[in-house]
Amino acid sequence: MRKFKEFIIEKLILLCGLASIFFVALIFLFLLKEGIALFKYVGIGEFLFGKKWYPISEPPQLGILPLILGSIMVTLGAAVISIPIGIACAVYIAEVAPSKFKEALKAGIELLAAIPSVVLGFIGMVTLVPWIKQVFNIPTGLTALSGSIMLAFMAMPTIVSIAEDAFYSVPKTYKEGALALGATHWQTIYKVLIPASSSGILAAVMLGIGRVIGETMAVMMITGNAAVIPKTLMQPVRTLTATIAAEMGEAVVGSEHYFALFAVGIVLFVISFFINVVADLFLHQKKV
Amino acid sequence: MVKISVKNLNIWFDSTQALKDVSLDIYANEILSIIGPANSGKTTFLRTLNRLNELERQFRMEGAVDYDGVDIHSLDTQILRKKTGMVFALPLPLPLSIFDNVAYGSRMHGIKDKKILLEIVEKALKEAYLWDEVKDRLSTSAFKLSGGQQQRLCIARTLAVGPEVILFDEPCSGLDPISTAKVEQAMILLKETYTIVLVTNNVKQAARVGTRTAFFLSGEMVEIDKTERIFTAPADDRTNDYIEGKFG
Repeated sequence: MRKFKEFIIEKLILLCGLASIFFVALIFLFLLKEGIALFKYVGIGEFLFGKKWYPISEPPQLGILPLILGSIMVTLGAAVISIPIGIACAVYIAEVAPSKFKEALKAGIELLAAIPSVVLGFIGMVTLVPWIKQVFNIPTGLTALSGSIMLAFMAMPTIVSIAEDAFYSVPKTYKEGALALGATHWQTIYKVLIPASSSGILAAVMLGIGRVIGETMAVMMITGNAAVIPKTLMQPVRTLTATIAAEMGEAVVGSEHYFALFAVGIVLFVISFFINVVADLFLHQKKV
Repeated sequence: MVKISVKNLNIWFDSTQALKDVSLDIYANEILSIIGPANSGKTTFLRTLNRLNELERQFRMEGAVDYDGVDIHSLDTQILRKKTGMVFALPLPLPLSIFDNVAYGSRMHGIKDKKILLEIVEKALKEAYLWDEVKDRLSTSAFKLSGGQQQRLCIARTLAVGPEVILFDEPCSGLDPISTAKVEQAMILLKETYTIVLVTNNVKQAARVGTRTAFFLSGEMVEIDKTERIFTAPADDRTNDYIEGKFG
């Protein structure tokens, strides 16, 4: 009887494990099936590098280059803001902060991660957007820059907490060795701790960027959603994610537009898969 | 001449007392060996001298440590640590070439001139008794060296910064007898120029290289005397028992 119980439990757990793989595979297959159907109508090159996204004109023009560039621009902007701040913050928490303040900071950063993106988007819309409009004296504050700033807030918790773990995993002897040679605290951080934890820091950066690329709600609310090829950060842009979210509801099932949105989903999937793989490689890299 | 003078040193980590009222003088150009079983406070004592203990959060200290007659707490920490180099139990080469490893500290302290660096590196490697073994391959990775060579490389790295005192924290605990002998030979040569404090688990090593030997037990210094005297006629029975291997 006990053996039977063991058997049942083991198989149940196995089933749960398999289920997660099964669902991922299903989702992927569905995405692939719906997305690939598009290429009956539009060539893959035309789709990826076409400069015009007019899905409901007749005939529809389905080039996603503006969307890809929009995503890249917002992501790069967010990366430029969040990476230095995030890493500096991790250094401060891991190395400099007195223990009480450290706890408060960590709690604060976790809280930042807990804010729903729609709330961040909303706050950005009523505070950041008018501010940017006024400061740069441009017709609208709904720009790539606004999106980058808000997304930087969302990437920061990931970057800080993973980079911080990377710092803690550096053997204490490295730090002591540097200090015993007469290095200052900053020299120790800059020349020993950061190089020694570089793979972890890179992984933190990649995961932060992964989060930014996949983010939808906040960018949709504050980047202006104009599907044109952006020339500066001060222009409205539309990202891949926002396009799917905004248009899926009105696309006719089975139309070219509908398939095109799935194809956009494949592009996104490939990008974030690639980023995650790279992050994983860094995270599990053996130190020589 | 007294190089470092320790008076009534008490150290606590949190509520545990690691050192109890230790007073001793370290003379210039001697090798002072500190022996004692695990948890006797000998490493804590060593790390007090270059203020490395103060990295621990719950560290508390009473008493005075004077370096050349000046309280170490009134010296700049970086300068103190430059003057008192430390060699750790495990060799810790950096993932750089042999040359860059030795030049690391000097570069950090702002020396950039290639010629000067080369002189410093050569002198340090010679003093660490390693020059002849590596002079033809200074640009190869330090990881290619054997354990004993790596440890002597670390000694050279410490010397390159220009210390006056060198603290050895069980430098041979991971080495084979032949490598150990080479490190010991280096220490005896270094004594001419530097003051050496050697913490060791190996009683015989203290007997071989120490000018004087101190015996620590449970945070107290039981006795300190000339090495020959400690090993032939120690004043305290506990010292005798430890040396003869009755506990430890």
